[in-house]
Amino acid sequence: MAKPTTDPRLPERERRKGVSRRGLLAGGAATGAAAVPLLHGLVPHAGVHAALGEGGSPDGAASHGEASKAAHGGGNNGPSFRQGATVDHAANGFNPTEMLRDFDWGKTRRLASGRVLREWTLTATDKEIEVAPGVHYPAWVYNGRVPGPTLRAHEGDRLRIRLVNSSEHPHTIHFHGIHPAQMDGVPGIGAGLIETGEATTYEFDAEPFGLHLYHCHAGPLAEHIARGLYGAFIVDPKEGRSEADELMMMMNGFNTNFDAEGNQVYAVNTVGFHYVNEPIQVRRDDAVRIYLLNLLEFDPINSFHTHANFFNYFPTGTRLEPTEFTDTVMLGQAQRGVLEMCFRYPGHYMFHAHKTEFTELGWMGFFEVGGSAEQRSAPAAFCDLPGAA
Amino acid sequence: MEAGTRAERPSGAARERPRWPLLVVPLALIGAAIAIFAALGGPGLGERQGPPVEELAVERTVLRPGEIELSVRNTGPDAVEVSQVSVADTFVNFSADPGGEIGRLGEQQLTLDYPWQEGSPYNVSLLTSSGATIEHEIEVAVETPEADLGFFGLMALLGTYVGVIPVGLGMLFLPFVSRVPPSWVRVVLAATVGLLAFLAIDGYLEGTELGQESGGAFGGVELLFLGAGLAYLALAGLDAYLRSRRSEADAAGVGGWRLALMIAVGIGLHNLGEGLAIGSAYAVGALALGAFLVIGFAIHNTTEGIAIVAPLAADKRPSLVKLGVLGVIAGAPAILGAFLGASVTNPELSIFLLGIGVGAIIQVIVQIWPSVRDEHGRGLYPASVAGIIVGGALLYATSLLITV
Repeated sequence: MAKPTTDPRLPERERRKGVSRRGLLAGGAATGAAAVPLLHGLVPHAGVHAALGEGGSPDGAASHGEASKAAHGGGNNGPSFRQGATVDHAANGFNPTEMLRDFDWGKTRRLASGRVLREWTLTATDKEIEVAPGVHYPAWVYNGRVPGPTLRAHEGDRLRIRLVNSSEHPHTIHFHGIHPAQMDGVPGIGAGLIETGEATTYEFDAEPFGLHLYHCHAGPLAEHIARGLYGAFIVDPKEGRSEADELMMMMNGFNTNFDAEGNQVYAVNTVGFHYVNEPIQVRRDDAVRIYLLNLLEFDPINSFHTHANFFNYFPTGTRLEPTEFTDTVMLGQAQRGVLEMCFRYPGHYMFHAHKTEFTELGWMGFFEVGGSAEQRSAPAAFCDLPGAA
Repeated sequence: MEAGTRAERPSGAARERPRWPLLVVPLALIGAAIAIFAALGGPGLGERQGPPVEELAVERTVLRPGEIELSVRNTGPDAVEVSQVSVADTFVNFSADPGGEIGRLGEQQLTLDYPWQEGSPYNVSLLTSSGATIEHEIEVAVETPEADLGFFGLMALLGTYVGVIPVGLGMLFLPFVSRVPPSWVRVVLAATVGLLAFLAIDGYLEGTELGQESGGAFGGVELLFLGAGLAYLALAGLDAYLRSRRSEADAAGVGGWRLALMIAVGIGLHNLGEGLAIGSAYAVGALALGAFLVIGFAIHNTTEGIAIVAPLAADKRPSLVKLGVLGVIAGAPAILGAFLGASVTNPELSIFLLGIGVGAIIQVIVQIWPSVRDEHGRGLYPASVAGIIVGGALLYATSLLITV
């Protein structure tokens, strides 16, 4: 069961520890790789940035810009932002690499009844963010980031989410899940719209287990979503899920010219081509679980495709048996699912929307699979082909 | 008498005082006022409302294998920075020269790394630092010809085919017009008026169309009127000059030569615009250099040759040299136009040159009109009306052959 704690930062600290260990391993792999000439123009340079934990420092950004110069795309080698330029993650206040494994379990305590109460505060503000190198977007954000924090609980926990509106516009938080009408976070019902300077608390039980989401439901709805007011909401089953390297991927996009016809930049976790510049570090034969969501506005569908690999797919994550063993899924807005996979071979593996227009407009990245002596072996369920076991 | 004149002046002292301060002092005050206003940033007016206005005009597109080069100019009031570029919904690597933001009226050359395919249309989208998009359409991707000797040779040949030769052929009608009665000549001149009116309207329509398309850092349709006004006034001045020089000899019928020269200059300026259209169409691959097009132009411009020789009907023996000069004046500008059009793709220049053609033609119509009048001094009589209609219709029909 959940470990009750009064320290809201604890889960994150744990995560950080994990990352630095992984980072060290990846850093070693990167140094090795750097000595070998790159065989293919498309193969990205190892994630030096993430590995050394330089999180957006000016020096880190500059050196990374150099590294990515030889790294990706251009001409027949595929799409590319202007080479040599990178997004200033420090100015944005968030880094998509860190966001992958940043699960916020909230501030927890045990109620008299024995249930776990989890509390979060989400502050809505207006903030300009850089969604592609040099391209700024006037976003509306929860807790200074897009997507907002990944809220995570166990089925049956009591949840209290306080919304503080410091934005210049009225907002709400509407959760997907099962809860009373008063807590639904839509205008005119319950607390309704939360005006500038006001606050409210949404309280309900975490159910059903699965992968859900939350977003602002103020009108115009399309704009309040497109501006960035959304996040993942994960409810684990009571018994928890098996151990895995877990990643949250929010497929989104930005209609920077506000013409409400498609988007100019497409991405996973906000910054276009981010995981081309900084491939996601995973380990060979490790269990990898991806919480995949689609919050893309102005386009009817989105999709996710992994190269040279297949995954078990659990739509909405509400059942523990996969419905499909595949390498491509298609999602409408607010559709989401859990993916479980493992990588058998080391190397760089592309992943992208198989709506290739989105791919070439930023929605593309790489997994960098590194091996190591102390590699974990994943549970059989992850790596075996269906029917093999 | 002398003393009286002096007495009438207000004072002798005032006359001695230099007049230049009366000009310089107000100029200095105006300059100082503007400088202070600018230095204080327009006191009391505050900041401009709303987001920055970002405008870029693509002035030139060059396609090389695997590469698209755009010359962009900032036509808006605020600085613009091109942060990313996509071609056909694909982000591309690019370089910018000079780098950084583009100031007002500033220019930047963007070189895009993109494997374009011959014959395909492309949409280039420039994504600015504020997220605004500026779209540029490449109608048909064709490798831009290098401006080498062979290219200039081709343009010269093209200009000769569509300009010099047809005008020369049209002038072969001179023996005919010089042997028909004066009333017939008036009808031919009336047809010339109809023909020129058609060219003026055509030039005006083309200029306004271009003016609405162009980004307009240096203006749009107003350039058409500016060019037309300049050409009209310049030709009126030239005409007045020729008249004053020839006034003595004019009694005989040398007026015919003057009129022919004026018509040749007017048509020449028009052909400059025509050559420009052909050259720029060729540069962007929108022109098939087929025999059909050249034949179309030949027929079209042959009528212009008739217009030039019509006033020479009374001149019994015009020298071949003079006729040659007229033909070159009227036809050769097509060569220059083709050069300009193929090497400098600038809509503003095209509009301005089209305007010059329009103004020149209007001036020429004004010149010809007295010669159309019959013995009763009437301009519009059945034969002249028929002539004007035939002239306009002839050009309309031949223009259908040469859609550029």
